[in-house]
Amino acid sequence: MSGEHASVPVAARVRRLEERLIDAGVVGQDQLDAVLAAMLKGATPLNGARIVARAWSDDGFRARLLADANAALPEVGLSMKGGIQEQRLKVVANTPHAHNVLVCTLCSCYPIGLLGPSPSWYKSEAYRSRVVREPRAVLAEFGLHLPDDTAITVWDSSAESRYLVLPRRPDGTGGLSEPELAALVTREGLIGTAAV
Amino acid sequence: MTEFRAGERVRVRATDPAGHTRAPRYVRGHTGRIVEMQGRWALADEVAAGAAAPRVEPVYTVAFAARDLWGAGEHEVTVDLWESYMERVEGTRDER
Repeated sequence: MSGEHASVPVAARVRRLEERLIDAGVVGQDQLDAVLAAMLKGATPLNGARIVARAWSDDGFRARLLADANAALPEVGLSMKGGIQEQRLKVVANTPHAHNVLVCTLCSCYPIGLLGPSPSWYKSEAYRSRVVREPRAVLAEFGLHLPDDTAITVWDSSAESRYLVLPRRPDGTGGLSEPELAALVTREGLIGTAAV
Repeated sequence: MTEFRAGERVRVRATDPAGHTRAPRYVRGHTGRIVEMQGRWALADEVAAGAAAPRVEPVYTVAFAARDLWGAGEHEVTVDLWESYMERVEGTRDER
């Protein structure tokens, strides 16, 4: 497992590499900034919240989303093409008896182009090493106490797919509009460390 | 080699390559169940090694029982693995 991300020699190494490339005239600082800005433009957990709200409101969209998320995202004006290449997105749905939670044990893979940067704890060694081993205890530390009979699946995104959790629609939200539903969804809910 | 099918049992090769790999150490040598084939991608090990024409292989979602990985726990962990990381466990088709 690679180490903590923020502390690390690799950040300094990347910065030195950038400086060398800029000094050599291979790229400019403005070009680097433009690539990052383009990738993160509009990349926010609000996108995930909109996807969830639509899935809660439209059973057909929900079925299409779970079957092939990349094909369904354009229905809500989104795509996984924000990065260097289109990434496969897999949406996994919570049910009354099954809960899903995401991790990347090897590094910190996360649908950044869709949701923006991941929370800092998602990249911590503590989370990455413990959630695959004792998810029920880790989720309880997040304040999510699952019933004993709820089956837990931990999705380790170790290759080219990225994941998103579709939380359960909260009780008593039958009359809410899609924007009102979207406002209930948190980034933690999209990762699976919160119920919604 | 024919592709793995959903439900088949596979064992992750217990190799320890010198360079980059995406087979997490905690599943090496363990047996899991093929959930689905995700698509085909260049093998990350060869991409990281700078191969001019890296092999393109199927990548699978593979489910492992926590009890098999850690000796305890009721949950499942799924890991995304390139085909050459795994070998088929013959005669143990799992119908779950």
